[in-house]
Amino acid sequence: MQILGMSAPLLDPRDVVFQLFDVLDTDALTARPRFAEGSREMYEAVLATARTIAEEQLAPHRQRNDEHEPTVVNGQVVLIPEVGVAVQAMAEAGFIGASLDAEAGGMQLPYSVVAAALGWFDAANVATTSYALLTSAAAHLIATFGTAAQRERFLPAMLTGHFAGTMALTEPDAGSSLADVRTTATPLPDGSGYALRGTKIWISGGDQEITENIIHLVLARIDGAPAGVKGISLFAVAKRTIDADGRSGELNGIALGGLIHKMGWRGTTSTLLNFGERTECRGELIGAPHRGLTYMFQMMNEARIGVGRAATAMACAAFQYALEYARTRHQGRPVSEKDPARPPVAIIEHPDVRRMLLEQKAIAEGAFALILECARLVDDERTAPTDTERATARALLEVLTPIAKSFPAIVGQEAISLAMQTLGGYGFAREYPIEQHYRDNRLNQLHEGTNGIQALDLLGRKVRQDDGAGLRALLERMRATVTAAQAQDDDTLRALASACTVGIERLERTTATWARASATADPALALANASAYLDLTSRVVVGWLWLRQAMAASRALATASPSHAEFLHGKRQAAAYWMRWELPKTEHLASLVADLDAIPFAMRDAWF
Amino acid sequence: MKIAVCIKRVPDMDVRFKIAPDAKGVDESGLKFDISDFDGYAVEAALQMKEKLGVGEVVTIALGPDSVQEILRKAMSMGVDRSVQLKADAVPADSYAIATALAAELQGGGYDLIMFGRMSIDTAHGATGAMVAELLGLPCVTACSRLEIADGKGTARRELEGAYETLTFPLPAVVTIDEGIARPRYPSLKGIMAAKKKPLDTKPAQLGATAFTLDTMALPPERAAGRIIGEGVAAVPELVRLLKEEAKVL
Ligand SMILES: Cc1cc2nc3c(=O)[nH]c(=O)nc-3n(C[C@H](O)[C@H](O)[C@H](O)COP(=O)(O)OP(=O)(O)OC[C@H]3O[C@@H](n4cnc5c(N)ncnc54)[C@H](O)[C@@H]3O)c2cc1C
Repeated sequence: MQILGMSAPLLDPRDVVFQLFDVLDTDALTARPRFAEGSREMYEAVLATARTIAEEQLAPHRQRNDEHEPTVVNGQVVLIPEVGVAVQAMAEAGFIGASLDAEAGGMQLPYSVVAAALGWFDAANVATTSYALLTSAAAHLIATFGTAAQRERFLPAMLTGHFAGTMALTEPDAGSSLADVRTTATPLPDGSGYALRGTKIWISGGDQEITENIIHLVLARIDGAPAGVKGISLFAVAKRTIDADGRSGELNGIALGGLIHKMGWRGTTSTLLNFGERTECRGELIGAPHRGLTYMFQMMNEARIGVGRAATAMACAAFQYALEYARTRHQGRPVSEKDPARPPVAIIEHPDVRRMLLEQKAIAEGAFALILECARLVDDERTAPTDTERATARALLEVLTPIAKSFPAIVGQEAISLAMQTLGGYGFAREYPIEQHYRDNRLNQLHEGTNGIQALDLLGRKVRQDDGAGLRALLERMRATVTAAQAQDDDTLRALASACTVGIERLERTTATWARASATADPALALANASAYLDLTSRVVVGWLWLRQAMAASRALATASPSHAEFLHGKRQAAAYWMRWELPKTEHLASLVADLDAIPFAMRDAWF
Repeated sequence: MKIAVCIKRVPDMDVRFKIAPDAKGVDESGLKFDISDFDGYAVEAALQMKEKLGVGEVVTIALGPDSVQEILRKAMSMGVDRSVQLKADAVPADSYAIATALAAELQGGGYDLIMFGRMSIDTAHGATGAMVAELLGLPCVTACSRLEIADGKGTARRELEGAYETLTFPLPAVVTIDEGIARPRYPSLKGIMAAKKKPLDTKPAQLGATAFTLDTMALPPERAAGRIIGEGVAAVPELVRLLKEEAKVL
């Protein structure tokens, strides 16, 4: 029961184009040799294809995929048939290898363009999309660290969607702490590989019948390996053996221990897998022994940006739906209207509804800016013209990744909650899409490193790394935007820039005060408020990105059509909202961090 | 085998749209544009025919301002070999004006088959294909739901109310395509990259005379909100009363 005639877009297509081209000047990438084949027109065509597949192949079964979660029948995982069809459509169109090198069979598109395109898939149906994107992530690992023979054997089948891929890291006793991985790999006597034994849990897409084979990338310890992170290796373990001609054969000793039943993201199987439990399970080493976690970490930035992108896309989809609803639902009369005979107004006429919508917009489009900025840094890290620019991009990415992973997931949840609020009681109904986005998005604060782990990563590692080079680069880049805004003959922009400066200075000051205080403090206390620091930094960063959007909007206003001008005014208003409503929250956060506030820290287990 | 497919750029009409201030068309801002549905089926059918025969050329032609280049590129990213834009400031309302320009381009092009959608999904005149056939003096089969070409002859199936008919016709010919023939493929990223290198010629459209003008376009009046009068059997008497007294349909 959708409201008759209601058809909200999944993302605002104007925003995708605005952010990629007006803000990030993505066309400029085509000047770099890696992207010389590209053009803006081509990138827009890629986005259009992604949108069509999202609308026609993914969105229509989003809800059914949630209602009919995977089940096990006679030992086989059963998914609704639409999932396989959609994954095949994404693969055939080339999205699994979209940013991969042409030489490895990929399309070699800029990661920033791909990130925007994948946003359409995530907004449409994150659970089905996961099968394709896990395959993509696994293919990237093999392309980067595998031998020529491994690339040859796995990649063509993975890029065309014949084989799927998974990431098998987590174990029942090794979640946040991967150093405790216990799965073992014993060299086979004939030297042809390794026998794997162990239990992995939470493996997404760990079993299904939509692809001919599944290539699990498994973290395990080779017999006799050193303890801790320096003894973990990476293995490719196929669900079915692969013969010399690339055909899949017998099962390879991976037993499905069961499916986990989840709050959301239900269409993606979450599996317990036992490797080598009853029959032998063979795997092959990827890269050098004991380097497994290092390889995973090299891919981590993209994986984490991917989580943030999914969160952002769901917040955008919920916002678009709420916006369309608010324009079509009539209820109540303006405060000034005393005549009950007058017809009710669309609820968007009520100031409180507009407040909720503006907060959703500020969060969703602010998060989108963050994700695209990070995606662009991935491109810059690889392809910027000079060594210095590449190094700066890398340093910035290190600091921004924990923010991109967690902030869209956290505030995205608030935005989706406000979308629900905008629909009133209907938002709570399963007949409307918001509650599913709410449940689906909740995962994004948990997987790929929980919020808590991201906060520790930022404050405990990234801020100190290379003597603070990453944070310095970030502060410098934010200040450059402020300076450029101050130079404009535009009072609105200058006011936004001043507000932004307050945030930037607060971040710098707080970090310095914290560093001084923590030098002599209990190290556990020093990191106890890492979450507050993550929140503070995120709000400042998103403020900076809103200033940049406002500047791009002001530039574009000069030549905009009347209707596009409305969109651009909305950008400036959302920037103002962030500076006035969201950024000032950093004052309180800063005081908690700078003071090393010890109230939660000093709380004792026994006192609860 | 040389096939031309004439395609039109149309807005996605599934979304809420507004009429433009001049009341002569829809307000294009914020709308998504694409190849008209039936024209998309025609492109797909043409590509499949070429793939089956293993040789030949598929050319797409679109009339209109530069914005039509987008759909021509899309067709080329699906696999069409080259495209022609017949440049005009706007697409005329009168199909005859359009058909004249298309016929001028198609004449002498050596096409074995000229394909159209059954009608465009925005203005739905459904006349252009047949007019082009008439102007070129070619046979015309409309609304084909299946099409086969063999031995210099075409065979088409047409859906009728509760039945279908099969027709045979000589080539060259004009056909217009109904739905059901083939679901258009998605442009692949590979196809999108290849399309950049395919030729897209732009020529001025030699529009024919216009016999009529479009006066206004308007939206139907909004329907009043529905009313729930109760649930189950208990609501029937009230429903009957309302149907009698208010709606006066009983
Ligand atoms: C739906 C879903 C899909 C998943 N898909 C995959 C997959 O495909 N492949 C895969 O390998 N894994 C996958 N995971 C596993 C996921 O990455 C882990 O759940 C996650 O890393 C957290 O581990 P855990 O659940 O064991 O929680 P724990 O590590 O037990 O954490 C519990 C709590 O303690 C906190 N905590 C733990 N350690 C610390 C610390 N040192 N300092 C401060 N706080 C700490 C955490 O922040 C969290 O709040 C998936 C998980 C889910 C829910």
